[in-house]
Amino acid sequence: MIAHVPETRAPQPALPTEPSSAGTPPAAEASAAEIAGIRGYLLSRGNSAVADRGFHWLMVLCALSIFGIVVLIATELVERSQLSWSKFGLGFFFSTFTDPDTKLPMYWDPVNGHFSALPFIFGTLVSSFLALALAVPLAIGLAVFLTEMCPRWLRTPLAFITELLAAIPSVIYGLWAVFVLVPLLREHVNPALTKTLGWTGFFGDDNPTGLGFVAAGVILAIMILPIISSLTREVMNAVPGSQREAVLALGATRWEMIRMGVLRNARIGIVGAVILGLGRALGETMAVTMVIGNTPQITRSLLASGSSMASVIANEYAEASGDLHLSALTEIGLALFIVTIIVNALARLLVWAVTRGAPAQVH
Amino acid sequence: MGTDGLATGLAILSTVLVVAPLVAIFVYLIYKGASSLSLGFFTQVPKPEGEPGGGMANAIVGSAVLLGLASLIGVPIGISGGIFLAEFGRGTKLANAVRFTADVLNGVPSIVMGIAVYSLIVYRQKHFSALSGGVALGIMMIPTVTRTTEEMLLMVPHSVREAALALGVPNWRSVLSITVKTASPGIITGCMLAFARVAGETAPLIFTALGNSNWSANLNEPIAALPLQIYTYAISPYDDLHRLAWAGALVLIALIVAAVSLVRFVTSRGVLKGAS
Repeated sequence: MIAHVPETRAPQPALPTEPSSAGTPPAAEASAAEIAGIRGYLLSRGNSAVADRGFHWLMVLCALSIFGIVVLIATELVERSQLSWSKFGLGFFFSTFTDPDTKLPMYWDPVNGHFSALPFIFGTLVSSFLALALAVPLAIGLAVFLTEMCPRWLRTPLAFITELLAAIPSVIYGLWAVFVLVPLLREHVNPALTKTLGWTGFFGDDNPTGLGFVAAGVILAIMILPIISSLTREVMNAVPGSQREAVLALGATRWEMIRMGVLRNARIGIVGAVILGLGRALGETMAVTMVIGNTPQITRSLLASGSSMASVIANEYAEASGDLHLSALTEIGLALFIVTIIVNALARLLVWAVTRGAPAQVH
Repeated sequence: MGTDGLATGLAILSTVLVVAPLVAIFVYLIYKGASSLSLGFFTQVPKPEGEPGGGMANAIVGSAVLLGLASLIGVPIGISGGIFLAEFGRGTKLANAVRFTADVLNGVPSIVMGIAVYSLIVYRQKHFSALSGGVALGIMMIPTVTRTTEEMLLMVPHSVREAALALGVPNWRSVLSITVKTASPGIITGCMLAFARVAGETAPLIFTALGNSNWSANLNEPIAALPLQIYTYAISPYDDLHRLAWAGALVLIALIVAAVSLVRFVTSRGVLKGAS
């Protein structure tokens, strides 16, 4: 195909009306000229090889832009966090300072140029794992209900509702959490937790605002439920029906069938879905920023206010007090980027391992 | 029977617990938002802090500008990427790598995207701008549009492509006017989905578009955006601003629910009208 490109530019005989007017040529010669004519005509009207290759490469270029974006993010973040990296090194992620006045440990002091990411890593981990602890059982329960138990007429509206949960913007979850969830926690849930579980030390009552790790964990749980549940559903749907039938044929009840025939076969994919939910929770910004309280501290009490990696960036980036402050915030962003890339890649691989053979679905 | 009934009960309970917050959020949005919505909300710019009244007209226009810019960047590149995955790269290592990277990129926190664009544009220009906000949102649209376009194109039967090529149509024409056209309802809904997703994004705008309490459609200046305004008002101490935040949230969610319902309607009707 490509070898023919130059020919299209060469003058070609016109369409096979010529030979008949040229006297009496031998039959074989006429058909050869005819073929050349037709071929020339076909090649000249399209000249599609050049256009096709151009189009192909344009599409390849756009697809490659996805790699470009990842490289761009990585290089910009690395470049902008150089200052903080050269000043604090690896200690940025686990060092503490002592306040000269109060003799208390402190981590984040833009005024004096002391920066440590430790309280933010702590806050991100605590709120994310709290969210997973609340969301995973519910998400799996919902997925089991939707795939195995739900009457047909209820399935579509319920799936649509969970889809809607995924479409609500983070800032609206935050708004709702600030005005509805936090007052609820402050008035009823937190006092009850302190009363019943206060002796463990994890639910101290020294925070009257209601803002803190528990509020962040609850709103995060609501936000990551849809993604975990829809992926779990996809994985469970990928389990062949014959597995269910085989277990039922052995006399299992419905729950035994779900446990042995479905959940066991889908477990790798479910772990993938949970890890994907973790990835979302780690990077979730707005709702967490609005309810976590934004205090860079490490405490034992889950009811205390704290701060997460994403929330400190959202709060301070636009008004950073200098190059070092900006650089430290960027380094937190870089850490968040690397962690979420690893977590997401791992989750995708696990989900793919289960659903590879199943038909593609639109989320 | 005991464990079976218990398991069923737990599954139903978790379903109820999942649906409850959604219902609560919507009831509150409608209850609080509708009582604060007024004509002024759509026509006025914000009043100075503490004064009653004012609206979010500038934020609505600002969001439209930002989303227009984002679509200009995200839609063509995303669709082209999807065409590559479905039409040229099927089964190749490159296509698998692109698909995987797109999925992973989808999970990168939007605030990280904001930092990258800040560093790329705002830091170099030394000022916040609508342009940087639009670029951040546009980049976020690309992976979603790429993946949905690919999924829609894969549903087009091979016979349609073969028929076009047998007529002597060049491959690029066949892809654009036959395959993509057949899948276009699906591709458009995919774009709407990506659009709805970035319409509510706040984190990447905080330090790119920044927000603006006056009218502005200048790409080189800070610009207001609906989600950004909701955020600033929600954390402010004034009751009037809280009411405006609820009204803004209601408008934003109405926009998004409309888009998602449309997507649902079109996809449930069969994505490919002419080809099944």
